[in-house]
Amino acid sequence: MLFVSAGDDKLVKVWSTQSWRCISTVCSEKRVSAIAVSNDGLHVCFADKFGVVWVVDLPGVDGNEASLNKKAVPLLAHYCSIITGLEFSPDGRFIVSADRDFKIRVTVFPKKPLDGAHEIQSFCLGHTEFVSCLAFISTSDCLQGFLVSGGGDSTVRLWDIISGSLLDSCEVGAKVGDLKSDATEGNCSTVTDICTIPDCTLIAVAIQSLQGIMLLSCDLQSQTLSLAKVVSIVGENFIPTSLGSSISGGLLWMVTGGSKLLSSDLSSLSRVKVISGFKKNSPDSSEQEPVVLADSEIPGGAKLLEKLQGSVSIDEKVLLAAADAVKTAMCNLLIKKQYSVEKREFRKRTRNDKKTRQ
Amino acid sequence: MMESKPNQTINKTTGLPRKRFYRARAHSNPLSDSHFPVPLSPSHVDYSLHYPQLVPSADQTDSSKKIQFADIGCGFGGLLISLSTLFPETLMIGMELRDKVTEYVKERILGLRVANPGRYQNISVVRTNSMKYIPNYFEKGQLTKMFFLFPDPHFKEKNHRRRVISPHLLDEYAYVLEVGGIIYTITDVEELGDWMKSCLENHPMFEALSEEELEDDHVVKLLSTATEEGQKVARNEGQTFQAVYRQIVPAS
Repeated sequence: MLFVSAGDDKLVKVWSTQSWRCISTVCSEKRVSAIAVSNDGLHVCFADKFGVVWVVDLPGVDGNEASLNKKAVPLLAHYCSIITGLEFSPDGRFIVSADRDFKIRVTVFPKKPLDGAHEIQSFCLGHTEFVSCLAFISTSDCLQGFLVSGGGDSTVRLWDIISGSLLDSCEVGAKVGDLKSDATEGNCSTVTDICTIPDCTLIAVAIQSLQGIMLLSCDLQSQTLSLAKVVSIVGENFIPTSLGSSISGGLLWMVTGGSKLLSSDLSSLSRVKVISGFKKNSPDSSEQEPVVLADSEIPGGAKLLEKLQGSVSIDEKVLLAAADAVKTAMCNLLIKKQYSVEKREFRKRTRNDKKTRQ
Repeated sequence: MMESKPNQTINKTTGLPRKRFYRARAHSNPLSDSHFPVPLSPSHVDYSLHYPQLVPSADQTDSSKKIQFADIGCGFGGLLISLSTLFPETLMIGMELRDKVTEYVKERILGLRVANPGRYQNISVVRTNSMKYIPNYFEKGQLTKMFFLFPDPHFKEKNHRRRVISPHLLDEYAYVLEVGGIIYTITDVEELGDWMKSCLENHPMFEALSEEELEDDHVVKLLSTATEEGQKVARNEGQTFQAVYRQIVPAS
């Protein structure tokens, strides 16, 4: 099993989960915006902010060798668009890439990826804002799986990747609005992350303004999405920005945080919470009884939290600062700046054909 | 002395637009974000807007007629106009990034339709960035022909990524072309000609047309003669470099 991490330091690091050693470091020319590992663990793909997806091949998993510096080659590209999500299909046949220009591209993952992935299977078009996250639902009876995506248009969409057709769309932003009795300021309902629970047809959705997560249920027969449950976090201002499910053990891990917090003494923050109680192979979503664990109930307990968060408890004000920072970051990165016509003309003023004659 | 002459931009005799009122810079930045509407998906393309006589709005969903020819960077529309009468049953569209040039082509087509009833109903133009939005306009395997006539060479190496023919973009062009669909490229810049040929040659989903096939294809002759750019090159007795390839299923 491999673990891959990448950051603004333009490095992609591959770690073995056996030894927790870094077995490979790959340099990227630009900052990385998405990564994915092929199901067989032989290839790592990463995408940059200019829309290129790179691929690098890995040696056998038990790499005891020290960091090998491999050079990545281009696999495919979304022309001049920030790539926001990268996922392999459960059967390994396709690689799915999503971008800031509302597009999702499904490409055949070839036998020789280093020669590039040139055969596009389909485009999944329908989002009306940037696509922020991708995930696959796959159960033992449905191995090919269905693709789900979340976007800046506050929807979660279900797709058939073979044809690119939109099977269903769920307006999660509107549903969050329904829940809140007080009017929320502005439209802060971007879907920030989605995560599928293994062997389950549940999808956990993190939404910008929701303190907790929304659980959607996917009906594989009718190929539709519906709202199953909203799990709220009470007692603290926690809006998750990143979700991950454990392979076994029915846990959903949630993280919020950020670095470069301007309005706080802390330079960075992370806060971790866990929801447990997911039952596998349970088609009836009402059987699911997810519950937010208290800090002491989290596997690893206080010791783990101390390592991950820096301290066991986090100041309320810091959490608010973090929530603000995340909102700004996402908006700045992904929402296109709309200039008025006057502003656009003003910005063009240095162009020769726009200069007014003396 | 201010004279108000409506439609001064259109020649009263021919009904065609006068080019000098549609002057535009030769270059447009393909990297800048769009300020023009983009269809959400190919099924959102308004056929009745582009081809009002051939696709009345009533039965747009029923219509089996789809655009089959795309002229990428159509400039002032010369190729489309030539192709329109050669293939009167085929729907064609020109894609152009420059605002004024697109307006010129629109007026030109409207003028021709009025002056020649029943003809030129199968061509249209849209202002868009084809390097970003081709999948929004065309379904998989929809096009039978794609044209790239005298594209911007983007000479500096750092600007090569702005070239409309590139290994990555060819993936998208292969996607919208049907199996056997043909891509036509021509330029008067030798280095660009070599570049385009090399990109196509190295792409697993394209194969070159043979000499005989090129001879038999009536469209090939139009590449250097039908457009204003091509005519200018001929006037200056310049050389042209073409690469014509067919879309194929990649060998597994």
